[in-house]
Amino acid sequence: MSAPNPSEKTPVVNWAEIEAKPAFRQLLARKARFIIPATIFFLIYYLALPVLVGYYPELMKKKVWGEVNVAYVFALSQFFMAWIMAFIYVRVAAQWDKVAAEVIHDHH
Amino acid sequence: MSVLPLIMFLSFVALTLLITFWAAKRNTGASAYFAAGRSITGWQNGLAVAGDYMSAASFLGISGMICFSGYDGFMYSVGFLVAYITVLLIVAEPLRNAGKYTMADLLAYRLSPRPVRALASLSTLTVSTFYMIAQMVGAGAIIQRLIGLPFVPAVIGVGVLMLVYVVFGGMLATTWVQIIKALLLMAGAILLSYLVLQHHSFSFAKFFEAVAHADYGGSADPKNLMEPGLKFGVAVAGPWGPLDLVSLGLGLVLGTAGLPHILVRFYTVPDAKTARSSVVWAMAIIGLFYIMTTFFGFGAATILKKALITTIDGKPDTNMVAPILAQQLGGETFFAFISAVAFATILAVVAGLTMSASASFAHDFYTNVIHHGKEHRPGQEVRVARITAFCVGAVSIGIAIYLGPSVNAAFLVGLAFAVAASANLPVIVLSVFWKRFNTAGAVAGLGVGLSSSILLILLSKNGPAFLGHVFPLENPGIVSIPIGFLAAYLGTILTARDPDAEAKFAELTVRAHTGLGAEKATSH
Repeated sequence: MSAPNPSEKTPVVNWAEIEAKPAFRQLLARKARFIIPATIFFLIYYLALPVLVGYYPELMKKKVWGEVNVAYVFALSQFFMAWIMAFIYVRVAAQWDKVAAEVIHDHH
Repeated sequence: MSVLPLIMFLSFVALTLLITFWAAKRNTGASAYFAAGRSITGWQNGLAVAGDYMSAASFLGISGMICFSGYDGFMYSVGFLVAYITVLLIVAEPLRNAGKYTMADLLAYRLSPRPVRALASLSTLTVSTFYMIAQMVGAGAIIQRLIGLPFVPAVIGVGVLMLVYVVFGGMLATTWVQIIKALLLMAGAILLSYLVLQHHSFSFAKFFEAVAHADYGGSADPKNLMEPGLKFGVAVAGPWGPLDLVSLGLGLVLGTAGLPHILVRFYTVPDAKTARSSVVWAMAIIGLFYIMTTFFGFGAATILKKALITTIDGKPDTNMVAPILAQQLGGETFFAFISAVAFATILAVVAGLTMSASASFAHDFYTNVIHHGKEHRPGQEVRVARITAFCVGAVSIGIAIYLGPSVNAAFLVGLAFAVAASANLPVIVLSVFWKRFNTAGAVAGLGVGLSSSILLILLSKNGPAFLGHVFPLENPGIVSIPIGFLAAYLGTILTARDPDAEAKFAELTVRAHTGLGAEKATSH
């Protein structure tokens, strides 16, 4: 009950065989094509905030609407960036689910 | 101390205790105790994750930080939310597919289980304790203000209540306490934001105008809280200030994906798809909450007189701004409500933290390291978890009393994030995505990441005086996170290849990306 072993119901699975399937390789490639660029994008977009705020405070203090400045707008935009990113990810990942289900279809 | 706040406060405590006893009756075995029978749905888990996250640091700490340091305090809010993209894209689904109860399950999959579990358990206990200290400090401050109880007995009282939740309730109880608390906290935050905007005649222009000339109800010279730099700017923090801000940001955005008490939440859902949807639910709730922190954080600086938010010894009372704002704008009833919710928040978060720490010690260290993965008697793992909960609680109470009430809760939690990002994140990522990764690499990554981040905190200006305060940053992330990754990488390539680990990479990859053979829901 302690080590994460497959339960008794699961038949012995040839993991290497599934891993070598072209459909599975394609799934991994598709995931990497989305996740890697998305991760690089959000990290750069996010880290730009402390870098700009820390090192270019005069630029960030520019007012855009009343007393609301670039710094506040950029910080607020991070929330929308995160929500949009999550929305896109869920859409894309739903397609991966279908491929993953096909890959393991014969092994249930 | 009037009667109403006390009644409100006690009824919250009673409500959460009822949930705990209800859950205790449904605890039938380890999967129920540690993972709520994997029966929690997406939105429920999303609320519970949000509940775990909207801790004393988020509500009490950040509002105080924004009230005193303006825009720079808001940086915590932003980092706390964006961090969830790391969880969503990289960690949540592989973890749910390949693990069972703890973060170490994923690591032990293809690596030598005993050293990896031992270190992962140590790191889990460390991060949880850091996080818990922040909650204890917040709880002590609230009880002090609400009931007039001194700080020390207040903290001890919280510790005792928390043990009741964990010892009897397990994961199902803490999950439901979190869900209810998340809803109450959101309601409180919305009402508080509404009252602040009402104070400024529902005009955003007027509100931001006031924030840009915040004078603490006329009790101080006006300062512009909209402008960055009041905490990390060169003029205030010296030449290292901006780098400290970047370091904080890095720790926050990478830390959540290594927080044990957040990671274990993904084991309470039936499958990876539900894990994914629960992250999205959590992001929606947490994001709204953090946007509101600007209303009551900034709002406090425009409304509250300095004398109200100063402790007896003249320091800024950085953890009590939100409840005091509620008192000023909504009277005693609203103050009682906000305080009770904040206190429930702390109890629930502390219970979640204790759960993950004790699960890790019982499951990883006791069962798998000492007893080689065999439970001698049924129920032993659960019993050890309960004993661990007691010890972790006692240690955190001790340190919280030592630190005292004036240290900011958000700052303390920021440190927990940096430790999690340095020790846990590198090994989680590398074990899922790098075939060559081996046991030596995991041990090096966990050990060096953990010790370097702790060491840098001790060497910073917040460490003990005899270490000389030689490290110029308060937040260690920008140094310790790369060190954690580097140690994991060097530990791997400088030691022999591990054919077993590489052979099992195929299995882990298939499991992580398809969910084949994942732990199933057990209840019903």
